[in-house]
Amino acid sequence: MSTRLTTGGRLLNKAKQVKFSFNGKQFTGFEGDTLASALLANDQMMMGRSFKYHRPRGVVASGAEEPNALVNMGKDGKFEPNQRATTTELFDGLTCTSQNHWPSLEFDLGVANNYAARLLPAGFYYKTFMAPAAAWKHVFEPIVRQSAGLGKAPKDRDADRYEHFYAFFDVVVVGGGVAGLMAAKAAGQAGAKVLLMEQTSHWGGRAPVDGGKVDGGKVDDFIDTTVAELDAMDNVTLRNRMMGAGVYDHGYILGYERLTDHAPLLDGPRHRLWRIRAKQIVTATGAIERPLSFAGNDIPGVMLASAMRDYVENFGVSTGDRTVVVTNNDDAYRTAIALKASGLEVPVILDARASGGGVLAEEAKAAGIRVEAGKGIAKVKGGKRVTGVAICSQAGEGSVLEEIACDAVAMSGGWSPVVHLWSHCGGKLIWDEAQAHFRPDPDRAPTSHDGKPFVSTAGTASGPLKLDDVLVDGLKAGEAAAEAAGFTVTAAAAPKGEVYDEVPLVPCWLMPQGAGPKLRMKAWLDYQNDVKVSDVKLAAQEGYESVEHTKRYTTLGMATDQGKLSNINGLAVLSDALNQPIPATGTTTFRPPYTPISMGAIAGEARDEVFQPLRRTPIHDWHEANGAFFEPVGHWRRPYCFPSGSESHAEAVSREIRQTRDSVGLLDASTLGKIIVKGPDAGKFLDMMYTNMMSTLKPGKCRYGLMCNENGFLMDDGVVARIDEDTFLCHTTTGGAERIHGWMEDWLQCEWWDWQVYTANVTEQYAQIAVVGPNARKVIEKLGGEMDVSKEGLAFMEWKDGKIGDFDARAYRISFSGELSYEIAVPASQGRAFWDALLEAGKEFNIMPYGTEALHVMRAEKGFIMIGDETDGTVIPQDLNMQWAISKKKEDFLGKRAQLRDHMASEDRWKLAGFETEDGSVIPDGAYIVNHGTNANGQRNVQGRVTSTYYSPTLDRGIAMGLIHGGMKRLDDVVEFNKVDGSTVKAKVVDPVFYDKDGEKQNV
Amino acid sequence: MSKAVSALDGVTFDGFAKVEETGLRGMITVRGDLASKEMAAAVKAATGAEMPVQRKITSGDKGAVAWMSPDELLVVVDYDAANATVATLTDALKDSHALVANVSDARAVFRLSGDSRRDVLAKLAPVDFSKYAFGAGDIRRSRIAQVSAAVWGNDDGSFEVICFRSVAQYVFDVLQVSAQPGGEVGFH
Repeated sequence: MSTRLTTGGRLLNKAKQVKFSFNGKQFTGFEGDTLASALLANDQMMMGRSFKYHRPRGVVASGAEEPNALVNMGKDGKFEPNQRATTTELFDGLTCTSQNHWPSLEFDLGVANNYAARLLPAGFYYKTFMAPAAAWKHVFEPIVRQSAGLGKAPKDRDADRYEHFYAFFDVVVVGGGVAGLMAAKAAGQAGAKVLLMEQTSHWGGRAPVDGGKVDGGKVDDFIDTTVAELDAMDNVTLRNRMMGAGVYDHGYILGYERLTDHAPLLDGPRHRLWRIRAKQIVTATGAIERPLSFAGNDIPGVMLASAMRDYVENFGVSTGDRTVVVTNNDDAYRTAIALKASGLEVPVILDARASGGGVLAEEAKAAGIRVEAGKGIAKVKGGKRVTGVAICSQAGEGSVLEEIACDAVAMSGGWSPVVHLWSHCGGKLIWDEAQAHFRPDPDRAPTSHDGKPFVSTAGTASGPLKLDDVLVDGLKAGEAAAEAAGFTVTAAAAPKGEVYDEVPLVPCWLMPQGAGPKLRMKAWLDYQNDVKVSDVKLAAQEGYESVEHTKRYTTLGMATDQGKLSNINGLAVLSDALNQPIPATGTTTFRPPYTPISMGAIAGEARDEVFQPLRRTPIHDWHEANGAFFEPVGHWRRPYCFPSGSESHAEAVSREIRQTRDSVGLLDASTLGKIIVKGPDAGKFLDMMYTNMMSTLKPGKCRYGLMCNENGFLMDDGVVARIDEDTFLCHTTTGGAERIHGWMEDWLQCEWWDWQVYTANVTEQYAQIAVVGPNARKVIEKLGGEMDVSKEGLAFMEWKDGKIGDFDARAYRISFSGELSYEIAVPASQGRAFWDALLEAGKEFNIMPYGTEALHVMRAEKGFIMIGDETDGTVIPQDLNMQWAISKKKEDFLGKRAQLRDHMASEDRWKLAGFETEDGSVIPDGAYIVNHGTNANGQRNVQGRVTSTYYSPTLDRGIAMGLIHGGMKRLDDVVEFNKVDGSTVKAKVVDPVFYDKDGEKQNV
Repeated sequence: MSKAVSALDGVTFDGFAKVEETGLRGMITVRGDLASKEMAAAVKAATGAEMPVQRKITSGDKGAVAWMSPDELLVVVDYDAANATVATLTDALKDSHALVANVSDARAVFRLSGDSRRDVLAKLAPVDFSKYAFGAGDIRRSRIAQVSAAVWGNDDGSFEVICFRSVAQYVFDVLQVSAQPGGEVGFH
């Protein structure tokens, strides 16, 4: 059984006991434990079920590479699936459950898949697609959905908050092991602004566990001293619990800081995503031990040798009483020695190398441990727990020489540098024959804008595995990074690390090397995705030669661990099956993030109130206080209508229209775009931007204009006012303000850079209020002030500056409703007061605000088009019978040439007309005008479509505009619009101007 | 002018840094040839300040001038002085091709003060706010979370953020969230 030892546990605070629960069972651990170490201490070896076969799985690693020990963490708003027990710091009250089992971890029906493994070979999903189509839907999909998958999806809103943080450094060092500490110190001493980040809560990485001396002293002391030195440097920032998640172009690097995962009761954000610009990045990310591929290597109790050592040294936890160590290198002997030193039994060390190990092997033997060279494991015995191993010759096919009872197996297949961050931006790898691993190729580093490298590696991440080499490499990397960032380095000597004489490893990709199909089917490569040696061999046999294809076909290296343990073993097996050297196979692509980061961290602060910016006019608060029903228009919220009492929206809209047409209404039009265009060439410029002639407009006058893009399509409209000889003010649609301003600047900066024109977007400078209706003038006159707003004083399509009441106003005599109408702009800061004053002055006329829907209906009654209703990016002004707004005198304007093309000039285009249903009903939004017959796809032929359709309270009937083949030539034709229920409604083609055809009402 | 109110009417928040809406401020967009003698003279006449270079804001006895782009300045004066300053600038530039526009009402202004003010802003704007890179007289046109904004450093060490008036509430809200106790970064 696994249990807590009386000795060891350098990371624990044994004075502080911590309570937690796993699958409802109450356990205790110590402060400083990880969830994994605490579970082991409570003899909870089995921590989950596997993805595909639902096999019992225990923890196999001790860090970020862990594939098995994933749990559903927390409850309700704090629930999060797929949390690694090995990187979860224990805290009081932690609750978690194991994943992927039903009904329970101990008894799981899904394990039936294990016995049906032959039916679930590599490429199982793809093969099911080849079956009859119905089989996927009715047979395979339900089975796969029931049995596959890891954690549960959260159901509640995330209770935590998150944030981003932008920071800038000369040198960023990722990884706080001895190499990272050295690199940070070297760069810091050169004067560089340095960030050193470490994903765990403690410094020094593996070194304190692996031991060795630095300059004759304990490595722990060296770490403490160096951290203290770094802490004292003003130009160095140390952050732990912060992972280097990804490296991107131009020295961009993401740091994922976990602030309260270890203490959820702390105030403040849970995660902080650091978005960093660095001149140089040093990845001191260490190395990860590889498992060995032998039958039963996934049975709980089989663990990486280094992890087993970590649990003993860091957490005072033993994985078993009797541990068999199996290895192809010297490093695993350290585990055997550590176990023995803790009073645990190591019945045998199986060394796959025929010649055995070096100095460490001698030390193990001296400690009384039996060592067998050239031997391996034929198979591990046990189900939910290791009960023993069968020993064989590594060179053979697995004939059992001896069985040894044990309850744990420590395995080591060698070490692979963590090259992820190096590779994210294109750093290349080379195959190191001697150490049997891919390591960064310093000659092919990721390069920045200047073609120079911006990422380097330090320590075991570079390849060297011995302490002395690691210290030297760390120092050199730090110095080189500082130099590349523009600092002068005074070369220093690295501290001297203790050297052990180690015998090189011998690659061991399958144990025994001649293992037959039966053993290969139980030799796991990828624990998380249940991929075995036999699956990769099958993929190769079925023609999958590319490692990327094999990954997708077998799922090797997918999911939350992205193959941190399985990649190298998998591609070695693939290389063997393809009979090619490993470098010829290569690796799959390393993509960010290094380990999964929370969605919350990506979203940052953007949630709830600040999920998205909401734009508010100066009168927004009044709208809100007066029951406005809002609709989104861009990031604005505009009142759609102002329902009063129990009134429906439709009733409110009708009331607002009747009031406006009969007396007077108010519209908050502040959102309309307002762009100043000024300069000697402003008139010439606007002649190009608009289809109309704008240069002939007289100061004091307004003109309605259309704007097309260079393909001829109508993109915006609005009223242009000429302020003076050199200055125009262009109104745009609400949604068009920023876009049209950008459009103007684009042409001015990129095409007509020699024209003397400046623009300024002054949309928000003004609150603009439309006072509309037969009593509009009376209301304005009641406010007093010096401005003459009489019919003669301010004629239709004129504007004027002056005082209305006390307000600094600019009044435009324009109308989008067909009524007598003034749009009055005042400085935004005076907007609310002006609105209040108008409401007060209009009381005797029962003045009331109207919303965007009333605005829409009134303009439709007048046959005015609306950008976004009558236009959709495929409509040209000619389609809308607006030839009157297209100047024939101008040599050119944007869109002119496009509108001359055959298709644009064709008589066959759908053109604007009005429609009245025979029964007075409202045509459904989006309806098509059907035609005889069907098209090649069996769909009903169409000859047009509705673009605007409303109930008109003024006419008490449905009115509509639409585009129809033939346009106004079809006058008086009766056509049919389709309806959602499959029927149609008959409508007559009419003039789209339904109300006040002669325009008398607006011109009083 | 007593009717004129700023977007949030002087709201404040005391977190691990202090956030205040400062109230109305006179702001004038000036576009033209920044290298011309006329422009330098116009700016001097309006504010008493020298012409700022890239990413700088200069100040004089009547106001400040910020560099906004190679052909754009922002003149900052008292709100009540805005119209008069527009007139001064317009007059001084009457023989040049230039655009002068009062944008005082299109904006909201927030002041950030306190030791951790840099950390608050660094959560929201992709700008190097370290003391080596940003201090009094510096300005950056950037963004605050999802909206456009500019930030400058004042002589008293405080920072001021300007944004469009319509998003004043959003900017105040994100500043408030970022200055919330518990969220201290301890970096700058």
